[in-house]
Amino acid sequence: MSDMSQTHGAETQSPPSGPVLAADGRPLKHSLNRALRRQKMRALMLIAPLLIFILITFIAPIADMLFRSVENQIVEDTLPRTVAVLGDWDPEADDLPPPAAFAGLYRDLFIAAEEKTHTRLGSRLNYETTGISSLFRKSGRSMDDVGEEIVDTIEATDPIWEEPATWAALAESAGSALPDFSNVWADFARVVRADGDDPAEENPWEVLHVSLAEDLRAGAAAEYDGPLKAELGQLTQALAGVAPVDYVAAMEDVDEGWSDPAVWRTIRTYAPRLTSGYFLNAVDMQLTDQGVAQQPEDQRLYLMLFQRTLIMSLTITLATILLGYPVAWLLANLPMRVSNILMILVLLPFWTSLLVRTSAWKVLLQQQGVINDLLVWIGIIADDNRLVLINNATGTIIAMTHILLPFMILPLYSVMQTIPPTYLRAAKSLGANDWTAFWRVYFPQSVPGIGAGSILVFILAIGYYITPELVGGTTGVFISNRIAYHISTSLNWGLAAALGTILLALVLLLYWVYDKLVGIDNVKLG
Amino acid sequence: MTNTDTNDGFVVFDRVQKSYDGETLVVKDLNLAIGRGEFLTMLGPSGSGKTTCLMMLAGFETATHGDILLGGTPINNIPPHKRGIGMVFQNYALFPHMTVAENLAFPLEVRGLGKSERETKIKRALEMVQMGDFGNRRPAQLSGGQQQRIALARALVFEPELVLMDEPLGALDKQLREHMQFEITRLAHELGITTVYVTHDQTEALTMSDRVAVFDDGRIQQLDPPDVLYEEPKNSFVAQFIGENNTLVGEVVEMKPGDLCVVRLDDGEVIDAKAVNVHEVGQRTKVSIRPERVEYNKERIPEGAHTLHAEVLEFIYMGDIFRTRLKVAGNDEFIIKTRNAPDQVRLKPGQKIEIGWLPQDCRALDA
Repeated sequence: MSDMSQTHGAETQSPPSGPVLAADGRPLKHSLNRALRRQKMRALMLIAPLLIFILITFIAPIADMLFRSVENQIVEDTLPRTVAVLGDWDPEADDLPPPAAFAGLYRDLFIAAEEKTHTRLGSRLNYETTGISSLFRKSGRSMDDVGEEIVDTIEATDPIWEEPATWAALAESAGSALPDFSNVWADFARVVRADGDDPAEENPWEVLHVSLAEDLRAGAAAEYDGPLKAELGQLTQALAGVAPVDYVAAMEDVDEGWSDPAVWRTIRTYAPRLTSGYFLNAVDMQLTDQGVAQQPEDQRLYLMLFQRTLIMSLTITLATILLGYPVAWLLANLPMRVSNILMILVLLPFWTSLLVRTSAWKVLLQQQGVINDLLVWIGIIADDNRLVLINNATGTIIAMTHILLPFMILPLYSVMQTIPPTYLRAAKSLGANDWTAFWRVYFPQSVPGIGAGSILVFILAIGYYITPELVGGTTGVFISNRIAYHISTSLNWGLAAALGTILLALVLLLYWVYDKLVGIDNVKLG
Repeated sequence: MTNTDTNDGFVVFDRVQKSYDGETLVVKDLNLAIGRGEFLTMLGPSGSGKTTCLMMLAGFETATHGDILLGGTPINNIPPHKRGIGMVFQNYALFPHMTVAENLAFPLEVRGLGKSERETKIKRALEMVQMGDFGNRRPAQLSGGQQQRIALARALVFEPELVLMDEPLGALDKQLREHMQFEITRLAHELGITTVYVTHDQTEALTMSDRVAVFDDGRIQQLDPPDVLYEEPKNSFVAQFIGENNTLVGEVVEMKPGDLCVVRLDDGEVIDAKAVNVHEVGQRTKVSIRPERVEYNKERIPEGAHTLHAEVLEFIYMGDIFRTRLKVAGNDEFIIKTRNAPDQVRLKPGQKIEIGWLPQDCRALDA
């Protein structure tokens, strides 16, 4: 058996041309792939649980969060009829949109109020123009006041219109004869069914009366060909004496905010299902109906925060290099017994709660704290001139340098451990003094460790949240604190997602630059 | 070969002692004078103190006691980088982040040499080790032998008068090692530099050196040219350590004129030997005889010499020589080596023979 395969193998050693063939005449690459497939499948099976876990708990939420930074379906989902009409409106020419937009808004808002989704849209649009939230909330309460006269007229015409079953039968037999009514009915039926009720037993909304009246006024009774044809004819006559709803006036009655062009412009600007608005907000810009504009000066915040985050993260990274390098060197060069004890001291912070360490810095750094007391006692500073070390950038830098120091020391240490001491000896034997030997020979070889540590510390720092929150005051907070604010307090998740996406892009960009400058292959963690 | 009589004491160890822990001495009372241009090898098993001596000379270890002199001046307090000693390390210690040329430029740069002068010297040094085209490579792109050459060139490029080598060939395969041994000795003699070479490989020591210092237990056991060391070991450690050696244990029964003696082996047989480390009758002794000096051809055994009975245990054909293992006087690890000549007898296992030797080849050493 083995002899045979050997002879075959020998034959395929020198093929005349073309792909190398395996013993059975198939291309060798193909056979190799097949042989490796089983191995690959097994490897995949082994990592499958973790892969699935990561996908569900990490990748998917992040992707969803990132999508939120451009996602804007809420406007069109809540106000479909309004949005459809607003496209034709030219805000330059007319202050207010055409009456059709008000008619659409009446229907959309009525349904949204029944569904209780109008407040959500209100808060969404409130991020762009303040006051919209309360406008939506207030309007939602009085939508059923519109078209009262029509409702009364319909119900007075024939008692069957007070029966929900009549309306259900009408909707069933409407066909295409009653477009407006059918359109609203679809939403009515959907909302009622969502509550677990039967549309045929539920009292019809006022907006159904109004839309039916619109259809009849347009002469729908003639086109309708169903069991309620006679009743509809009767209604048409009865409604002839009632004035049609003036939606513009009606909406102004509901809330005079609807006569404010700014509200309409905001709705129009944010009508598309995807928006760049959050990203623009995240870089101190805003989306207006005239295009992109800068935020008013007093509302600019994020660019400054990004800049501060970058500068402070760089400062912290630099500080950890300066403080960590000598420690790592000692760790790598002291005898094992001593370096082990030192290593425990380096690792000790890992075993202490982050909150405890940060709180400890609060105690140490405050104006009546240990450090200030000590400095006053020694006489370096005057008692009435205590240093402000906390609730500012200084506090954040001090506390975060301490907290992130191990992330610099450990990669440095593991790289330094691989640098044999003979290099330094060789350098000295060649005539270099201690400093030259270090700087020209040892230091360049430890650069991969500095690189690894810097990436680690910088990326951790740029997204740090808890420490700046606790010791940073107002001048020492990072962009992440603002993201957290939008996630948990203002609930503007779109903006939070946009800020987060920019932060992520920034980190990837820096990573890329770093790769170009230092080469990521030079980074060693051990 | 340098004549040791004209030793000018270029490097001198004067009663040097070294202890790391303050309890045991790693180097005990070392006295050694190395002449200018000499190739001296420190040979010994690991832990014998040879590397410590080299490191003290290089300046990476300080002597606990005693003086080390270089060209007549004590260098105990001179830091390594001011000693101007070239050094080749066991793992070459080529700087991995520099090219070959930058590695060679390093000692010249720290000495403040100008660019053109540096380039001339680097070129010359690379050509000296036949690596002229490799200046732009990185050490990692070179084979072990090439790295070795570069390490050598780097140690020589700043023209030191003294070069130290710490087992520089340990990582190479046998053939390359033999080639490099030749290269290093050639260079050392051509350039006339003084070389102190540390190794635990006795073949290397014998083939390369002017003189070999055999270290054991922190002391120099013997300091002699290779031929003397091999043929006239002064004690049983040196006899055992250098080359292959047969040992027979016994007691001196008679001292004869001309430094000869008669030894009764432990199984009762009697042999002639040269008295090296024995002075009186009744002393215990280890008798040492080289395998190639043992004769079993009766015609070649000198007249009147004592002979021993031996039984052939194993015959190994090694091409150029035959190696035969015998049982002699209770010792079944007794080896004889014979040249593969046309008339040579090939012994067979089980055969009983008589063996003998010239009395001066058989050295009665300390027990």
